[in-house]
Amino acid sequence: MAAKNSSGNDVLVEFRDVHFAYGDRPILKGVNLTIPRGKVTAILGPSGTGKTTLLNFIGGRLRPDHGDIIVDGLSVPRLRLKQLYALRRRMGMLFQSGALLTDINVFENIAFPVREHCRLPEPVLRNLVLLKLEMVGLRGARRLMPSELSGGMARRVALARAIVLDPMLVMYDEPFAGLDPISMAVIVKLIGEVNDALSISSVVVTHDVAEAYAIAHYMYLIADGQIIAQGTPEELQASQQVQVRQFMDGLPDGPVPYHYPAVAYEDDLLRGGLD
Amino acid sequence: MKLFALIGGGVIAHISRLGRASVFLYRVFLGGWQIFTRPSLLVHQIYAVGVLTLTIILVAGLFVGMVLSFQGYNTLVDFGAESSLGLMVALSLTRELGPVLAALLFAGRAGSALTAEIGLMKATQQLAGMEMMAVNPIERVVAPRFFAGFFSLTLLATLFTAVGVAGGHFIGVTVLGVDAGVFWSSMQEGVDFHDDIVSGIVKSIVFGFVVTWIAVFEGYDAVPTAEGVSRATTRTVVNASLAVLALDFILTSLMFGDV
Repeated sequence: MAAKNSSGNDVLVEFRDVHFAYGDRPILKGVNLTIPRGKVTAILGPSGTGKTTLLNFIGGRLRPDHGDIIVDGLSVPRLRLKQLYALRRRMGMLFQSGALLTDINVFENIAFPVREHCRLPEPVLRNLVLLKLEMVGLRGARRLMPSELSGGMARRVALARAIVLDPMLVMYDEPFAGLDPISMAVIVKLIGEVNDALSISSVVVTHDVAEAYAIAHYMYLIADGQIIAQGTPEELQASQQVQVRQFMDGLPDGPVPYHYPAVAYEDDLLRGGLD
Repeated sequence: MKLFALIGGGVIAHISRLGRASVFLYRVFLGGWQIFTRPSLLVHQIYAVGVLTLTIILVAGLFVGMVLSFQGYNTLVDFGAESSLGLMVALSLTRELGPVLAALLFAGRAGSALTAEIGLMKATQQLAGMEMMAVNPIERVVAPRFFAGFFSLTLLATLFTAVGVAGGHFIGVTVLGVDAGVFWSSMQEGVDFHDDIVSGIVKSIVFGFVVTWIAVFEGYDAVPTAEGVSRATTRTVVNASLAVLALDFILTSLMFGDV
C-alpha cells in the first residue's frame, strides 16, 4: 500500500541543490540528500542549522530559494495548493511540542484527521483510533485532555495521530528532545516499530546522537547549511572528519566554535560602551 | 536622513500589513464554503463567540438604557418635553449607542478571545500541525470564527438596543412617572424603520465585519510567542475600537449628514 509508488524506484524524497535564506541569514547552502523508502533516515546536526527547515520543505510549508524537492516523484515547490494537500494526506509529522489540539481529548485528537478526510462509520472510526492508541500503549488514556498528558505521552499521542491515515512517510522533528530516559526509550522503540510494522519510511531530525544510532539505517550530518557527512551509523562512527567527531563526541569547541562570532575581546572591552 | 528612513520603514510596514490582511480576508472568503458543508463548525463558534458574549451585552444595554433615560428626563423636563423621552432613548440607541457600544464590548470580550485563541494555536504549532494533516487552518479554524463573529454582532447589537429601550422604559415610566402610552407612542411616531433601524443594522454589520476581521487576522498574524500573542490581543482591542469609532463617524455622516 504505502510501499507501492508511482515512480517505482526506492527513493522517496530527494533534495536537489536546495538553497534557502531567512531574509539575509542563509540557512541552507546547497543541500543534496535522498531518503530511501522503508528505512529510518536520521538527519543530525547542531540546533539552528536548518534541520527542521528540511522537514518544512518536504511538507511544502516553505519554498526553497533555489533547488528542488522531489517527494514520491512530485516536485513539492511546484505543486498547486490542492495537490500539496493531497500529498500531505500521505505524510505524517510529529512536532516537537506534539501540536495536539488542546480543546479536544486524546481520542478526538487522533480521530481528527480521519474525520476531516474520510467519512467512516463511528464504530469503524473507534476501532481505528483504538488500534493506533494500543500501538503507542495509551488506549487507557483516551479520555484524557492534552493538558493532562506528560511530555512523553503527548508525543506518543501525536505519533498515533500522525500514523492514523497510514502515511507513506512520517517525519519526526526532534522526537527525543526534553524527554526522561524511559519516555525516550519508548519513543525509540515506537519509531522502529512504526517503521517496520506499517512499512512506511521515516525521517528523524534530531541532535541526540545515541538515539539516532539506535534507530537509523542511514544518517546525514548537517552543519552550517550543508551536509558534511553521511553514511550508515557504523560509517559515521568510524569517521575521522573533525567536524563529525566534534558533534558525535559532543566536544564544546572545534570547527563549530564555542564563541559566537564577535570582534576581538580586548577591543570590545576597551571601546567602553560605544556600541 | 535616519528619520526619513524610519518613517518610510514604518509606512511600508503598515501598508504591507494591510496587504497581508486583505489577502488573508480573501482566503477566509474562499474558505467560507466550509460553513455550508459543515454548519456544525459555525454553530459551535456562534455559541463561543456570540452566546457567551450575551451576558455582558444584555447587562450593558440595560444600564445604558437606564442612564440615558435618567439624563434625558433631566434635560427634557426643563422644556416640558418629557413626552419625547421614549423617542430620545430609542433614537440614541438604534442609531448610535446600540451598534457602537455593542461593537466595542464585542471587541473587548469576543475579539480579544478570538485573537488569543488563534494566536495561541499558532504559538503551540496547532495550526502548523493542521496544515501537515492536510487540513487548511483558514477553512477549519479561521473562517467559522470569522463568519460567526460577523453574524453574532449584528444580532447582539439589535439585542443591546432592545434591552436598552426596556431599561429606558423602566426608569422613565416606572421610576420617573412618564406616561407609558406617551413613552411608546412618541417612539412609534418618531422612529423610522428605514432611516433609523436599518441604518443601525447596517452599522452593526459593518462593525461586525471589521471587528472580527481584525481579531482573526491579528491572531493569525501574531508573533508565535507569549509576548507576541499578548501584543496581538492588545492590538485587536485598540485597533478594533478605533476602527469602530472612525467608521461610525463616516457612516453617520453618510447616513444622516444631509438631514
